Amino acid sequence: MLPGAPARTAGTYPDLVAAIGNTPMVELRRLAPPGVRIFAKLEGANPSGSVKDRIARGMIEDALASGALQPGQTILEPSSGNTGISLAMIGALLGHPVRIVLPDNTTRERSELLALYGAQIVYSPGAEGSNGAIRLAERLAVQDRTLFMPFQYGNDANPRAHEQGTGPEILAAVPDVDVFVAGLGTGGTLTGVGRFLKRERPGVRVVAAEPLPGEQVQGLRSLEEGFVPPVLDAALLDDRYLVSNRDALIGLRRLMRAEGIFAGLSCGAAIHVALRVAAETPGATIVVLLADGGWKYLSTGLWTRDLDELEDELEGSVLW
Amino acid sequence: MSTVRIPPVLRDDVGGQRSVSASGSTVQEVLDDLFAAYPALRARVTEEGRLSGFVNVYVNDRDVRYRDGLATAVGPDDTVILLPAMAGG
Repeated sequence: MLPGAPARTAGTYPDLVAAIGNTPMVELRRLAPPGVRIFAKLEGANPSGSVKDRIARGMIEDALASGALQPGQTILEPSSGNTGISLAMIGALLGHPVRIVLPDNTTRERSELLALYGAQIVYSPGAEGSNGAIRLAERLAVQDRTLFMPFQYGNDANPRAHEQGTGPEILAAVPDVDVFVAGLGTGGTLTGVGRFLKRERPGVRVVAAEPLPGEQVQGLRSLEEGFVPPVLDAALLDDRYLVSNRDALIGLRRLMRAEGIFAGLSCGAAIHVALRVAAETPGATIVVLLADGGWKYLSTGLWTRDLDELEDELEGSVLW
Repeated sequence: MSTVRIPPVLRDDVGGQRSVSASGSTVQEVLDDLFAAYPALRARVTEEGRLSGFVNVYVNDRDVRYRDGLATAVGPDDTVILLPAMAGG
């Protein structure tokens, strides 16, 4: 929640954008081992269903304030899904056409939601993963200077939304937090929350859950085509775990079965890491950020299908 | 011998293999053994003796930059994973 935004628990909001943030913090009593407390911040409760509503609002408000985004100007952004959907929602409300560069191998629901919000989709080669979407969007932005690209990977308003919103919400809800765990995508959540928590509560550890990319989405021609998001301040991280799709799926199903939490694939990875940290840190209080709800993954059968079969299929998908 | 997993982007340098065996008790020693067998890899994975910013190295599932770097211990049953830096979002 940005400063001044009203609390979710009471009152009304002037519009949907104002309802972003202040998401529920729920203790995971059934999953946490004895002696460790784990709290989950349910970002799927944001209006378009993910944590990305926060940064989409932050980047758009920032650009409108600076004049970088003019009324009615078209917004262009590369996204594996959630940021695109958030921008599409806000763009529709504020009267900005939105064009999203989306890998062509992500879930059907993402394309459907983007279309429902009126966004135009430009597909990038799925084999190149998110890196391919970034490269294509950069080319489109150069070709058409009338487009405004917030560029979540390099926009300071991304981590700032977390430094000013998510971080303070976490500390207010769980003042004795020892470890913060979140998935690594742009690095904005880990950087912004990490910066705030380390300033306000020295000694807090910040831990990243990183997806093990599928063999078929690593279509780089050279290592130099790899991408380290400029907004990621890697010095704020204390540990970084690589999580396989299988472990993420197991985490996802445990969240559903044990705690009734219906969440997206990266949340399964985040809970996997939170439980790893819990096992190694007796007495700790852990906050894990669950970035989205499960709705956008339903068609993939993440909760019901055979794990081996799913693992093979996810080798060729971009779901973070 | 530990196992080193090679990402698709580097496989041309190791004859197309998905994983190779290498010996050593630290990441540095494992990489040195790997580079001795596949010399072309050295320039792609390191810059002036340090890990390239475009490649991440893990022992099992932990990023070695947040452990002991190139001095991170590697056991015979461990898997060293090389991965290109990739984004999400």
